[in-house]
Amino acid sequence: MTNDNIILETRNITKFFPPNIYANYKINFNLKEGEIHALLGENGAGKTTLMRILFGELTPDEGEIYIKGKRARIKSPRDAISYKIWMVHQHFRLVENLTVTENIALGLANKIIHPEKEVESKIKEIMETYELRVDINAKIWQLSTGEKQRVEILKALYAGSKILILDEPTSVLTPLERERFFKVLKKLKENGTSIIFITHKLDEAMKSDRITVLRKGKLIATVYPNEIDKNELVKMMIGKNISFLTTKNKRSISNKKVLNVKNLWVLGDRGVYAVQGATFELKEGEILGIAGVAGNGQKELAEAIVGLRPISKGEIYICEKNITNKPTRFIYDNGVAFIPEDRIGTGVIIDLSVIDNFILKTYYLPEYTKHKIFIQYNKFLNTFNDAVKKYGIIVPNPYFPVKTLSGGNIQKLILARELSKKHKLIIALHPTYGLDVATTNAVRKTLLEESMRGTSILLISEDLEEIFLLSDKIAVMYRGKIVGVFEKEKADLHTIGLLMAGEEIRGA
Amino acid sequence: MRIRIRKRVVESKRKIILIKIIAVLSALLADAIIFLFMNVDPLRAYYEILRAAFLTEYGLTETIVKFIPLALISFGLMVVFKAQTWNIGAEGQLLMGAIVTTWVALNLGFLPSYIIIPLMYFSGFIAGLSWALIPSFLKIKLHVNEVLTTFMMNLIAQKILEYFVYGPWRDPHGWGFPQTAMFPENARLPILPGTRIHYTTLLIALATCFILYVLIWKTTIGYEIKVVGGNIEAARYAGINIAKIVFLTMIISGGLAGLAGVGEVGGIKFRLNPNVSPGYGYTGIVIAWLGGLNPLGVAIAAFLYSGLLVGGDALQVAMRLPQATINIFNGSILFFILAFDFFTRYEIKLER
Repeated sequence: MTNDNIILETRNITKFFPPNIYANYKINFNLKEGEIHALLGENGAGKTTLMRILFGELTPDEGEIYIKGKRARIKSPRDAISYKIWMVHQHFRLVENLTVTENIALGLANKIIHPEKEVESKIKEIMETYELRVDINAKIWQLSTGEKQRVEILKALYAGSKILILDEPTSVLTPLERERFFKVLKKLKENGTSIIFITHKLDEAMKSDRITVLRKGKLIATVYPNEIDKNELVKMMIGKNISFLTTKNKRSISNKKVLNVKNLWVLGDRGVYAVQGATFELKEGEILGIAGVAGNGQKELAEAIVGLRPISKGEIYICEKNITNKPTRFIYDNGVAFIPEDRIGTGVIIDLSVIDNFILKTYYLPEYTKHKIFIQYNKFLNTFNDAVKKYGIIVPNPYFPVKTLSGGNIQKLILARELSKKHKLIIALHPTYGLDVATTNAVRKTLLEESMRGTSILLISEDLEEIFLLSDKIAVMYRGKIVGVFEKEKADLHTIGLLMAGEEIRGA
Repeated sequence: MRIRIRKRVVESKRKIILIKIIAVLSALLADAIIFLFMNVDPLRAYYEILRAAFLTEYGLTETIVKFIPLALISFGLMVVFKAQTWNIGAEGQLLMGAIVTTWVALNLGFLPSYIIIPLMYFSGFIAGLSWALIPSFLKIKLHVNEVLTTFMMNLIAQKILEYFVYGPWRDPHGWGFPQTAMFPENARLPILPGTRIHYTTLLIALATCFILYVLIWKTTIGYEIKVVGGNIEAARYAGINIAKIVFLTMIISGGLAGLAGVGEVGGIKFRLNPNVSPGYGYTGIVIAWLGGLNPLGVAIAAFLYSGLLVGGDALQVAMRLPQATINIFNGSILFFILAFDFFTRYEIKLER
């Protein structure tokens, strides 16, 4: 059980990101030996920054780290590992083409030669102690996300780590895997490992021994779960009460088919079919939520619809018009708006100005150009200023470079841009991923308003809460297949969770 | 006290210009040490360069003579670099322009000036453009890295040129020198009297500057170039035809380099020989960057760099310095400007 031996402590950790963000400001955090400590906060609260400082990936501008009461100088992950600290990142850092054993042996620099037998027997020993079973001869790419996570934890234990940091460990797991994961944490704790895990989910935080809440770079409080209720925690996280979207107004959905996908087969980047015979339809004003753990073909499905990925087999119709394998621009011009998954990487050009990013989908339209050659920026300004007001984009002037905008503002800009063009269908890929609560709310509200206006929405999200909140119909995607479509009223979280994990359900 | 390096969030134009000036001053300071070692008064040397390049009539016209090809080439490279496509082949494209123009001048010399001169420009432009076509196709269709192909195409162009001037086109009355016969009078570009400035090419260069300014900042094509260069994933996502932009910028830069070739054979040498270009195609790469990939900036950079070349030559004569000194001088100026580029992107602060 937990005792009061503090194993790790930070004093006044401050990290500044130019131009004006304190990712961490004078943070005094402590971790007790053998406890499970949840680090709770919204995206952008500074949780990951603090953990990366502990792991030596970032150097703080001010402040010190103490381990067992002694000042620790952690300048690199190598230093951190020598202090027996290990961090498992949200995006795993494994070599896909190597086996589990090879990945675990990799990067342990204390010896040059690692005899495979020796490594294997040690891994097996650890696997037994902690009940962390994986096929050690499998290549990483053959493993499920949950298994990969277990490999990451095995790596940490193999290195002899005593302090384990996990960055949003549950965000990639199905509900079943999530339960298993918490069992593993218990086992680790019993064997004397101290754990910090980052989360923004309240019920997960409640499963820990202690909770530290961060907000906007500051440590708000460290509390015991049995001494606090969820509402208080929310208030600490957000700083104010926010009215969440609850129900949506009843509205009638017409029978007009806006999107019709028939037996769609699409190759993924690895050359295997990422989408395998998906069939579904979407009516005018309807929101179809596609649930599923990321990497089950959702991204490829969206890309195929907008023509960014070739379709091997099957057909797609938009309002009876066949758009299969048509050029992307042709599909957009037929009324498809697309909110991409990676907003910085594909959604914007960060070196260009806000207005230049705003016109990305419309710059060539006859109404905004002279002789289809000269862009008439003055004609865009009105639309732009209206959008800034309507979506609450905070930007000093239209000619400001996008790279100075926050993630939330960039997402609002993308949304404003996509909706500034005539559209009858919105494809939204993880539209609120990584956004703060207020922006998330704003984005969801906009999507609901759009559907009231008769726009159909294909909502692809890992956030089940979001899917249930917005959708009229819910489908689950697993290994490239649509494994069930439910009316929202008939869907329940448990069944959806099982389907996401690949369980077969009769009658689905 | 601690030194801290931070990425600049907003790169202010005024600061960038200031940093470039500091870079040049630092280069001059470093070179002063070298001059002192050679027993040359650095201030006198610098004055000599400045005077020879810009303050005498002869010097100024010679600076303009070098400005013409350098400007044409770097304008083209600016466009292609803006699309993040790396044409290293301006040298070869210039040579092909020169070769084809030479054929036109020597074989169609019976045409009147007002026909043959536009024809020379046209064929030179097309020749440079075509030479850029091959790497463009390889890049678009087979994803072959254009840095390698454009560079290798330079070597091929050089060999083709040598084949013609040593072989079939060698002037029979040229005492065996590897060069063609002189162009007939009506196939020579008009020259400002008393100088070597072939002003029609100069006008083309200045018009190009204006046209490219409009192209980049006002048109849909220019916008697409900026998007492709800024984030190729975003360009794909927006449905922009990336191959079209790569192709278009490559042939614009190839064509403009071809025009530079026309000027060199038609307005300076009046014949083809193996030394048509002293590496203008490579110097253009540097100038495009020095000018910040912006038409006016590139024009200024091309002009100043031309002056540096002319001043360097004059220094060699006036102070009896070896060629190597001039190379060190030019090289160090470039080195400092490129090295100081770091400070336009990062700021360094001393604390406490």
